[in-house]
Amino acid sequence: MSVTTIAGRDVHVDAEGFLTSYDEWDEVLGRALAGQIAIELSEEAMRVVAFLRRDFQARGETPTLRRVSTVGGFPTKRLFELFPKKPAKKMAYVAGLPKPRGCV
Amino acid sequence: MRRLVVLGAGTAGTMVANTLARRLSDEWIITVVEPSDVHHYQPGYLRLPFGAGSLKSLSKSTRQLLHERVGTVRAAVDMVLPDEKVVVTQDAERLAYNVLVIATGVEPRPDQTPGMLDGGEWRRSIHEFFTLDGAVALRAALADFPGGRVVVHIVDMPIKCPVAPLEFAFLADDWFQRRGMRGDVELVYVTPLSDAFTKPIAAQLLGRMLDDRGIALQADFVVERVDCEHKTLVSYDGREVPFDLLVTVPLNMGAEYVARSGLGDDLNLVPVDRNTFLSTTFDDIFAIGDASDIPTSKAGSVAHFSVEVFVDNLLDHIEGRPMTRAFDGHANCFIEAGDAKALLIDFNYETEPLPGRYPLPRLGPFHLLEATRVNHWGKLAFRWIYWHVLLPGRRIPLPSAMSMAGKQTVATREPERSEV
Repeated sequence: MSVTTIAGRDVHVDAEGFLTSYDEWDEVLGRALAGQIAIELSEEAMRVVAFLRRDFQARGETPTLRRVSTVGGFPTKRLFELFPKKPAKKMAYVAGLPKPRGCV
Repeated sequence: MRRLVVLGAGTAGTMVANTLARRLSDEWIITVVEPSDVHHYQPGYLRLPFGAGSLKSLSKSTRQLLHERVGTVRAAVDMVLPDEKVVVTQDAERLAYNVLVIATGVEPRPDQTPGMLDGGEWRRSIHEFFTLDGAVALRAALADFPGGRVVVHIVDMPIKCPVAPLEFAFLADDWFQRRGMRGDVELVYVTPLSDAFTKPIAAQLLGRMLDDRGIALQADFVVERVDCEHKTLVSYDGREVPFDLLVTVPLNMGAEYVARSGLGDDLNLVPVDRNTFLSTTFDDIFAIGDASDIPTSKAGSVAHFSVEVFVDNLLDHIEGRPMTRAFDGHANCFIEAGDAKALLIDFNYETEPLPGRYPLPRLGPFHLLEATRVNHWGKLAFRWIYWHVLLPGRRIPLPSAMSMAGKQTVATREPERSEV
């Protein structure tokens, strides 16, 4: 774990840059994180991010792509458009949550 | 009298019932609810498609595997009514419980991917090997396979025995070679993960093993549908992987009654405390084995290491004492590599698979993360241990908690050895 500066403030991140402290995130930071992986955070994308954060708070686990779709109600296809190539990881990164656990 | 009801007599359910039969006091009645009288040795399915292993050695009577003290109800579960503490079977029998143990595992659900089950190619050019029927059908398909493109595919994680599709790819490479037709077969491994496997060191090694065998890797592939007309897998981001023979691992889901009873998550897995297996919602319901949502492998080894911790805790819990033992997510899995060699991996919630020896430091006899013959023979010998030691709930002299002894970390790693 190390400290880095994003959007002008110090935040704790892991080796791959995922935030490690839930409470250090806010929308401004979310936009900055999105910018770092070349994603434009539309209102719709922000709703997805809000679902991830709510679900994490309730369950203590970053939701899987399937869960964001089935429980959050965002079609998987749309998630691939909003967060191209690796939506599960990118959504978690922007939402300031741990990298989704690749279930073994 | 108090009643303990176990749902499911698979690996976890059988071990739980048999262990408790020895350790619960006489005031308890133990009942197992299971619709099938056949208990399958599921690890045996892997080698069936390649003509290895007899069907007979892979199954026994469910009832005969259970301790005489354990009662059985041969029925499927319709509903659990947690507020009434009652299980209702599909024969409308009502079973009251003081403690309920859900051990109904997960099952492959090809119906969850459009085109897979309903596109007209199921059990023709689309196969799976996680059921006995599926493994037998795949054996016939492989025997007749004229050559072409074989795609080994995982729909989504988690799956039972997460290394099985890799093993299938390695064994297929070996099998086609031995038949002198490897040159006519293109092998492709398609996974929703970003690498061949989840954990970094193992992923790197297993990825290299795919490379060495000329098996192409399609990673980050989240399948949207199977286009049966063109025999093609289509991903959500528009990638297409054509196949002549598709060996898929369908989505794995928990039992439907779990969902109907309001006890499951989006995959019908029961949310539990990952250290104690106690339901996060009900104080008298546990879920053990593949049926729970604990973040480790869905594997017999996990069920086995879990049971010891679970039973100790249960004996405290039913007497109102705090549960003092915590499961660490310990798993170990043999990985068949082809050419009569196998790897072994050993890991838990916190520690990824590392190289080294198991169970004894330096002596082994098993080699971690290294393909050896002794590992392969260990895997084959495991069937006997499964029937005669694990299922009866006898102790084997392996600690349930993972040990770092014998493992090489970056600090202790020895120079690489050549393959045996």
